[in-house]
Amino acid sequence: MKSNGSKITTRNLSLSYGPKSALHEISVAIKTNHVTALIGPSGCGKSTFLRALNRMNDLIDGVVTTGEVRVDDVDVYRSDVDVVALRKKVGMIFQRSNPFPKSVYDNVAYGPRINGIHEKGRLDHIVERSLKQAALWDEVNEDLGKSGLALSGGQQQRLCIARALAVDPEVLLMDEPASALDPIATAKIEELIFELKEKYTIVIVTHNMQQAARVSDDTAFFYMGNLIEFDETKTIFTSPKEKQTEDYVTGRFG
Amino acid sequence: MKKLARAFLGLSIPLLSGLCAIVIVLVVLIVMGEVILGGWSTLTWEFLSTGPKAGMTEGGIYPAIIGTLLLVVMMSIAGVPIGTITALYLSEYASQRSILARLIRFAVNTLAGVPAIVFGLFGLGFFIQFVGSGIDNILTGGADLKWGQPNILWASLTMALLTLPVVIVSVEEAIKAVPRELREASLALGATKWETIRKVVLPNSITGILTGGILAVSRGAGEVAPILFTGAAYFLPQLPGSLSDQFMELGYHIYIMSTQSPDVEATRGIQYATTLVLLLLTFALNFSAIFLRYKIRTRKLR
Repeated sequence: MKSNGSKITTRNLSLSYGPKSALHEISVAIKTNHVTALIGPSGCGKSTFLRALNRMNDLIDGVVTTGEVRVDDVDVYRSDVDVVALRKKVGMIFQRSNPFPKSVYDNVAYGPRINGIHEKGRLDHIVERSLKQAALWDEVNEDLGKSGLALSGGQQQRLCIARALAVDPEVLLMDEPASALDPIATAKIEELIFELKEKYTIVIVTHNMQQAARVSDDTAFFYMGNLIEFDETKTIFTSPKEKQTEDYVTGRFG
Repeated sequence: MKKLARAFLGLSIPLLSGLCAIVIVLVVLIVMGEVILGGWSTLTWEFLSTGPKAGMTEGGIYPAIIGTLLLVVMMSIAGVPIGTITALYLSEYASQRSILARLIRFAVNTLAGVPAIVFGLFGLGFFIQFVGSGIDNILTGGADLKWGQPNILWASLTMALLTLPVVIVSVEEAIKAVPRELREASLALGATKWETIRKVVLPNSITGILTGGILAVSRGAGEVAPILFTGAAYFLPQLPGSLSDQFMELGYHIYIMSTQSPDVEATRGIQYATTLVLLLLTFALNFSAIFLRYKIRTRKLR
């Protein structure tokens, strides 16, 4: 485990939706096996930034991205980069849990099957391992054939995490993964994030200051498409350098 | 005074809109009642299972029923896959701003507004005189007239063209109804676009695609104008045996019975009964679409 090395670095990353500019020259270094929180008021560009890291913005018509995003020192916006391989390496958890209308088993097995794994024994193993990693195994192992949509909101989100883990990613991008969940389910997800950073590099967008303070090692504060400040979470929340950051984390605006 | 006017409006608007709704129901009831009353006594098993007799003043409509069914099946086979693939292209692959996509949309909308008789003439000019005669020329040097005349193949293709715009629009709606979150989930797991379409988009929109397809086809099944010049026969005691044969069709049969028959009065019962059969056939298609939708929906929720 190489700690403190940078997993993802961006250099002068800018992005616009047609004529509307959404990100201005963002340069950060996201550390391996750290949890990095992205905070800021709605519309500040933090989700857009997150989606730029695995090129999910490519799916939107008219998005123009400039600058560099390096994952393991490879610029992912270079034209010869395989987006499909990138997304396997950089998994994503969405704000609204989005299990497929399939069984729990088939949800988790979706990614491995896409990658050509069809052997029952191997699939069983991957499904069990992923569900255990996502702390869902004990709740669903009795009936893996149950529809993913029949689970509770918190379970669905952990199912989505298990599904993402099943393809062996190295990075997990989480877009407000707990914003639609009750406090108990949220606590479970946070606990999970804490365990997962042993193996994965995690970037999480959150609206919840306490959550950012609880789960993250580093925090980036975005405002109006600009990166205002990026530092250790401790520093951001106790002695930020920028006035704007201080105002935001203390709840004076935003 | 003003208060009174408002109270009056408050009462009269729901009353008026309710009345309008009832008018629709009445129209359906009157049409159905008229057709059932007029045709019920003629509608026997013999009527359904034998061909016309005695200069078409007696006998049944068996060849027309089979002809209509064949037409519906063949036009579906020709139209629904092409419509589905076009809709897939429009909703999944084409950039919404691309000139090609806009051109296709414009063509689809224009096609939807073209009168059925124009499709009939197009079928005659294109399929029969151009494609059909071309095939004849190649096969026999034009000596034998086989494909260059009306037949069930050209009629089905003409009908498929007529229903194509409706199929495209309804399939596109069905595909668009698949939540974006599901597509993103699949893509974020490293699935390619095609894998996402095959494993997520199509399975989750298949009900909509099928119902849309069936409804479009059933809408077209009652049209007479497109097959007028392209394949429907006035009278043909035997069933079509190959693609190059003509066929009888219910809607066309009603048309000739009521306008071309030597003794219109004598065929009154046959006309009603034929209309009833055609209506039942279209209803059956519509109900199968509803049934299918219900069935797949309940299966998914389990």
